[in-house]
Amino acid sequence: MATMVQAIRMALHHGEKNLGVTDIFGEDVGAPLGGAFTATQGLETAWNSPLDERGIISTAIGLGLAGDRCVAEIQFCDYIFNTVDLLKIAGNMLWTSNGQYNMPIVVMTPVGAGIRGSVYHSHSFDSWATRLPGWKVVMPSTPLDAYGLMVSAIKDPNPVLFLKPKALLRVRGEELIPGEPDEKTLKSMIDAPIGDRSKWKARWPDLGEFEIPIGQGKIVREGVDITVVSYGRTLPLCVKAAAELAEQGRSVEVIDLRSMYPYDWAMIRDSVRKTGRVLFVNEDTEVTNFGEHLAYRVTQELFYELQARPRVLAGKNLPGIGLHPNLEEASVPHLEDIKHELELVLAEVP
Amino acid sequence: MRQTQVAKAKANVKADAKAKLAAGSKPRAKIAVKTAKPTKERALTLLSKPQLVNMMDLMVKSRVLEERLIKIYKAGDAFFWIGGPGEEAFGVPLGLLVDKGQGPSHDYLHLHYRATPTLVAMGMSYIDSIRLIMNRATDPSTGGRNFANHYCYPQWNVVPVGSPIEVQYGMAIGTGISQRRLKMKKQKSGVSIVTGGDAGSAEGDFASCLIWSSRPEKELPLYITVQNNKWGISTPYSEQHGEKNVADRGKAFGIRTNVVNGNDPIETYFQIQGDLEYIKKNTRPVLTEFQVSRLYGHSSASGANRENGDDPIELFEKRLVDSKFVKPGFVKELWTAYDTESRQISDIVRAEAGPLSDTIWDHVYVDNENADWRKF
Repeated sequence: MATMVQAIRMALHHGEKNLGVTDIFGEDVGAPLGGAFTATQGLETAWNSPLDERGIISTAIGLGLAGDRCVAEIQFCDYIFNTVDLLKIAGNMLWTSNGQYNMPIVVMTPVGAGIRGSVYHSHSFDSWATRLPGWKVVMPSTPLDAYGLMVSAIKDPNPVLFLKPKALLRVRGEELIPGEPDEKTLKSMIDAPIGDRSKWKARWPDLGEFEIPIGQGKIVREGVDITVVSYGRTLPLCVKAAAELAEQGRSVEVIDLRSMYPYDWAMIRDSVRKTGRVLFVNEDTEVTNFGEHLAYRVTQELFYELQARPRVLAGKNLPGIGLHPNLEEASVPHLEDIKHELELVLAEVP
Repeated sequence: MRQTQVAKAKANVKADAKAKLAAGSKPRAKIAVKTAKPTKERALTLLSKPQLVNMMDLMVKSRVLEERLIKIYKAGDAFFWIGGPGEEAFGVPLGLLVDKGQGPSHDYLHLHYRATPTLVAMGMSYIDSIRLIMNRATDPSTGGRNFANHYCYPQWNVVPVGSPIEVQYGMAIGTGISQRRLKMKKQKSGVSIVTGGDAGSAEGDFASCLIWSSRPEKELPLYITVQNNKWGISTPYSEQHGEKNVADRGKAFGIRTNVVNGNDPIETYFQIQGDLEYIKKNTRPVLTEFQVSRLYGHSSASGANRENGDDPIELFEKRLVDSKFVKPGFVKELWTAYDTESRQISDIVRAEAGPLSDTIWDHVYVDNENADWRKF
């Protein structure tokens, strides 16, 4: 099975070969490194930019204006904050020009904690991203979804933020991408060797066309007692929590939202109507968190169908993620937190 | 009515020229001298008489439009005015020299909000600009969504003008990369032209533009220009900059730089023409600083009243009159005709409807794909 980073790399290759991608660029994105997490190794259109995040986003906008297709990378989302006005411009380009200039660009950036990245390599960006109208925002939790969402993002005529959960980038999936070879063969084909890479060239497997439509969530575990909605790094934790609670006889339905904007309200609504209880989990900071928007909507539209107050479990409202494991784990949701919150919602008597 | 008056003014000029020729005056050099090196005096004879008259005409046309926009604001028919009266001697030559068209095979224009002279020279009509400042539904640039002078013309590669004063310098890198790619394939390619003020050059995006466009083997066909009017809103140049000239900063990157008198349309014409030729031939950037006047302040926020400063139109008119290219009163005649036209068009636009409130969700996404979360 491919890792998420391999899946992203293969989707980008599909983009440059078949979908008209002209430029895949960012800091250390080109040879020899091929990206801080190797997501761009071996790609023909990958190139290194200056270490200039504003330059990267503005260049992406310029390429979009010229009608080219690009995928730009900000090496860690912690460094995207000085580009926020440019992201705003990319998001309002079509609207401000009254429909005359669209912005077909993809910006990808690793997000979240889980690699002991300390203060400037552990931020989340999903809540910030959902405050950038005009953008679509996606975050996969599996390699298969990463592949399908990246293909959809490249095809989309609107700007798409592709958030990469960095703690999951090396995790292998449980589902094959159509046409994906076995693990060892894939590694020999698309992973650059250690050491001298000057003569290395990737051999790309012939993958079929596979897309995950933006805006479509996925029920990864069915249940009837409570719904938990998550995405990215916290999604597999929710699945694990659901499995452990199942041993206690509790049936938890787990939704992988996959797209934050637009989001799959129909899936959330139908699930909450069935269970009457819901928990939203993500690792961005908790004040004005995207999960709060979803909880608000559940409250407004499904209030009389609820058996318990909707809850949001998110990262603590701290200015950073501390390096020591004690600090990091106390700052963002982990398995025990999720189980505890699920139990609280399940225990509530209407 | 207006057309008749302008046509009459132009006809008078033609008649004068013919009479002069008949009287034995030497015919002036025409477009053939375009590539001639300008002399220190920037002699008028470097351009043909029709070119000079056209330049004067467009400068007046642009100024009258800007003054009309200010009047529209002061009459309460607009919420805000911002623009660039005083920059006609830079903007008009630029508009005349640009390779106008759509896509990277033509020039891209990453303009700031002082570009009315350039747009007028490219052929923008008064009604377009007046619809924009009055935020009417008919406004072709933004559909009533943005301020005066925030133009957008995809058919001419005029990408949307924004209010931030620096972001255009970064975006020009992207279109420049696209154009370089065409050039490397030996296909027709344009230049990415970016304009901005001296205050905008204090932002980091200006440095990004210099850095990205001058990387060895990756040089970009960028025409980086600064219209230095010595002000950033209310802050003088001396409080913002330590460098003598903004253009000096290009030297560190091996970029060809120039500082020119942006109040002289002949000097700017030949400077822009030479710069664009150099960029196209060498696929390398040029940074040129045009020293210009700011005649009505920063915007309506500071009153939009006439201020002191060299007026490029008055200066150019005097040269044309002194050299007997036009008769005294020619500019006044043009001015009157354009003023009448602008007033009549304002009346038309005033009667037009604004955008409907239920259009706010239009164009958030392509093809009006739903962007309203209430409808997800």
